[in-house]
Amino acid sequence: MRSFAFTPAESVGQAVSAQGGDGDAAYIAGGTTLIDLVKLDVMRPARMVGVNRLPLNDVERLDDGRLRVGALVTNTELAHHPLVTAHFPLLSQAILAGASTQLRNMATTGGNIMQRTRCPYFRDAAAACNKREPGSGCDALDGINRMHAILGTSEHCIAAHPSDMCVALAALGATLTLVGPHGAREIAFGDFHRLPEDRPDREHEIEPGELITHVTLDSPVEGAGAHYLKLRDRASYEFALASAGAMIAVEKGVIREARLALGGVGTRPWHAQEAEQALRGQPPETVNFEKAAGIALRDASARQHNAFKIPLARQAIVRALEKATQAATDS
Amino acid sequence: MDHSGPTREGGELALALTVNGEARRLTLPPNVTLLEVLRDRLGLTGTKKGCDHGQCGACTVRVDGQAMNACLRLAVMCEGQEVTTVEGLASEVGLHPVQRAFLEHDAYQCGFCTPGQMMSASALLEDERIGSDDAAVREAMSGNICRCGAYKNILEAIHTAREELASQRKEGGIS
Repeated sequence: MRSFAFTPAESVGQAVSAQGGDGDAAYIAGGTTLIDLVKLDVMRPARMVGVNRLPLNDVERLDDGRLRVGALVTNTELAHHPLVTAHFPLLSQAILAGASTQLRNMATTGGNIMQRTRCPYFRDAAAACNKREPGSGCDALDGINRMHAILGTSEHCIAAHPSDMCVALAALGATLTLVGPHGAREIAFGDFHRLPEDRPDREHEIEPGELITHVTLDSPVEGAGAHYLKLRDRASYEFALASAGAMIAVEKGVIREARLALGGVGTRPWHAQEAEQALRGQPPETVNFEKAAGIALRDASARQHNAFKIPLARQAIVRALEKATQAATDS
Repeated sequence: MDHSGPTREGGELALALTVNGEARRLTLPPNVTLLEVLRDRLGLTGTKKGCDHGQCGACTVRVDGQAMNACLRLAVMCEGQEVTTVEGLASEVGLHPVQRAFLEHDAYQCGFCTPGQMMSASALLEDERIGSDDAAVREAMSGNICRCGAYKNILEAIHTAREELASQRKEGGIS
């Protein structure tokens, strides 16, 4: 592994000031993405600021019902937290569908939001990749693109966003708190991940030196049922070919509230808002779930090896909505 | 315990941690992983280097009780933490129940993944949030790859170790 300087921080202020808005300095928390990519020579920070000792480990329910999660809460702790399993089961299911026990024990909430794509061309320093080396081209477009995205792609990048946790956050709705050299600000989770367009290297709406300190989940939808369905090449410890996170609340036989987000198919955590809108006010029946799936995938565009993801995602959406409905209580 | 952590930027950093119950103080560059410290600096070669990218689990150790990939953890981030490796699994009274069960069930072939498997297994058996059925155990163990394919026997060994730990607890004898 290449060498770098390391500064451990004990407070958010100290971390932000040590990072100093320097593009060559990286925050490190769990390190499960960063160390991997430094070893591959894909990320080359000259300095790292250690943030794993900052006091950002709390999960607390706010008076308005929202859940405020410290950025350093590990994926394991968040998935098993009693407030999460009781009120946000979709988040718990999605986290536990991702990675391995060891990685979930290390990886943090903030780090999961910042994790990089698993595109093999991005991870190979010898390949052309506009995300890693802007302007170098994209070897995935005509390469082995079986794992790549079908939604939100551009002629510059088709890399899929890898996170399961982020699919749940997209469906549930959340707000990120960022602290940087110019103070603190909030941003909606849905606005944080960028589409690749012509700048796939700019993945997030984050300013130099900013650090995610908290993720605040929107108030839970009362009586809703939730289901995270992840389809992959093996039963565990594998990235999604397609995944669907669904939440449904039913009242007097019609859908009062629907939430739907997709993983493994989008260049960012894919929030299917039009499909949600189409479901509201409809009976929770398979025919309506199929219509919603059609809407969610209307703009899907496949390359040579990943066309199978379109029917796969369609089926994942329908099945996840059915399962979420079964888990809902009609009020 | 000193929790102030290393403070110097660049060059070598001071690190204090506990490994298998023994306090250790080291000076090392920031780009050294916990795995490299264990194997190359402390001579604890039971922890294996497999893929070196957090994909195979051969390097699994327990950090403050939790199973982690030592290959993806910077040593300097382990300041003040307690690390247990396979060398620290047995106690003065003998092998850990997981080790005995792996022997009994022949839960390995080449043995390269075995230290990591046993560290994950020992953590899983202490974690009440993880179920005890086959599916839950297989899911919890999926971060440990066995190229020889000893999974069936590993699963049986874990069930046996669980029973032994439970009967030890009943007798109040586990340390």
